[in-house]
Amino acid sequence: MITFDAVTKRFPDGTVAVDDLTMEAPTGEITVLVGPSGCGKTTSLRMINRMIDASEGQILLDGVPVQSIDPPTLRRGIGYVIQQAGLFPHRKIVDNIATVPYLLGWDRKKARDRAMELLERVGLDPALAGRYPFQLSGGQQQRVGVARALAADPPVLLMDEPFSAVDPVVRTSLQEELLRLQGELNKTIVFVTHDIDEAIKLGDRVAVLRVGGRLAQLAAPKTLLSEPSDDFVREFLGHDRGIRRLQFVSTEGLRLRTDLTVRQDGGGSSEEPWRLVVDEQGGPVGWISWSRPDELEPFGTFLYGRDSMRSALDAALLSPSGCSVAVDDEGKVVGVATREALDEALAEAADG
Amino acid sequence: MGDGPPSLWEWIGRNWDTGRAGSIKDLLIDHLTMSLVPILFALIVALPLGLACVRWRWLYQPASGLMNVVYALPSLPVFMLLISVTGLSQTTVIIPLAFYGVAVLLPAVVGGLDSVPDHVRQSAVAMGFSPLRRLLAVELPIAVPVVLAGLRVVAVSSISLVSVGALIGQGGLGGLFTRAYQNPFMPPVIVGIVLIVLLALIADGLLVLAQRVLTPWVRVRKGAAS
Repeated sequence: MITFDAVTKRFPDGTVAVDDLTMEAPTGEITVLVGPSGCGKTTSLRMINRMIDASEGQILLDGVPVQSIDPPTLRRGIGYVIQQAGLFPHRKIVDNIATVPYLLGWDRKKARDRAMELLERVGLDPALAGRYPFQLSGGQQQRVGVARALAADPPVLLMDEPFSAVDPVVRTSLQEELLRLQGELNKTIVFVTHDIDEAIKLGDRVAVLRVGGRLAQLAAPKTLLSEPSDDFVREFLGHDRGIRRLQFVSTEGLRLRTDLTVRQDGGGSSEEPWRLVVDEQGGPVGWISWSRPDELEPFGTFLYGRDSMRSALDAALLSPSGCSVAVDDEGKVVGVATREALDEALAEAADG
Repeated sequence: MGDGPPSLWEWIGRNWDTGRAGSIKDLLIDHLTMSLVPILFALIVALPLGLACVRWRWLYQPASGLMNVVYALPSLPVFMLLISVTGLSQTTVIIPLAFYGVAVLLPAVVGGLDSVPDHVRQSAVAMGFSPLRRLLAVELPIAVPVVLAGLRVVAVSSISLVSVGALIGQGGLGGLFTRAYQNPFMPPVIVGIVLIVLLALIADGLLVLAQRVLTPWVRVRKGAAS
């Protein structure tokens, strides 16, 4: 656990970057620091591994004040990932990943074996090991950056806007990769971002900081969206926080209808205006309506019980039928969530 | 017969190694000494000076300003000044050349260290490098291409400038040119020019080779870009 105990950072020119910050980043969780530029989020992060020293108050790592630990020693025990990855251009990928093990004096072969293991763990081709960083794409470099931070298996990981320099598609895949890794590794992660969507997606807890380095609110993402503490947080969350809150509502209890599906070979009259055609494997093919029985209309799916209500609603909006198709892991249709069913679930979400 | 001026090859053959001072071989060795010693000296001085200038930024402007003034001094009066101390020796030629070398290398060392991207330096700090280890393992290796580019300029200009020393009788192969003033006989001039250019080309080639060996990551980069 990382504890900020009344921490203030005042720079020599008088600017206060962090103002009396008290908070905890619990072990095994992702704590996100989010806020506009100038809110002191990066300064707060860098005070943990003493790249910046606090002016007042103290930061404790599992109860030990970081001030009492020699900086290089402290840093070798804390993984660090930065925006442009910060890979060493003159070292091959494998040696970049093995940086901290080398510093810790590991045997060269052991360090390289560990690096190769991590290369695969972050989803990279082992053939990249012998390349130099500039030969990799931005997304690949960022994965190497994560692998390097994990190399000596530190319990704590600091991430400073690690995914903000890559394009949105790559960013999404990196975010998912991080959540998958975290599921396996259970590190204590402090993650800095200015992107509230990223904060909500990744954080177990989100700390919203305001300009001048004051903590505005620290809460689970769901709570943050439903109960912002003040106007600043509300504004920072943006306009569609109602919709975004749905990503924390499970589709597990969603009422499904199973009587709306028909086989591809047709037939089976029904009173319903829309029917869903499925193929032989049970996968969805398209909607047909009474008025135009020969044309298949597009459909949207969600993983039943796994995807959120936001996905289910999104899937409904993708189809003229207004219904969304619930599928299982193998892509087989489990049932159909009609507008009525979605309505009920939304009403419940609005209450709760 | 035999009283006409000798041909180029005859002249080279007769003067290559006469066993007396002033043979082509001797001049070549002198030339090498007087150009290589300043290059080494420049490197040995410019590296720590450059590091100091990066560490204490305020030092850089005065240091580079001073070196530029030295660089701007015409070599002839500098020789005259030094003769009173070091006499008509090789040292009198080596000292100004060494300073010229520092004047060119200092900005190269500073530029090389400045070429280390900030995020790379930051991540080295965050990984737990001690300052010295960071310098040796991260910053200096990344500075190598820029420093070597400066060293190539120093090597070639040093080899070429040595011939000015002929004015005080210590010009290495430059000595071959002064004879042409007294006697319009071309072979020594041609031999002097060709040997100096050859030396410069060889020195430059060796440095390019060194760059390829020391910084494979730069070579690969060029290959990937084309």
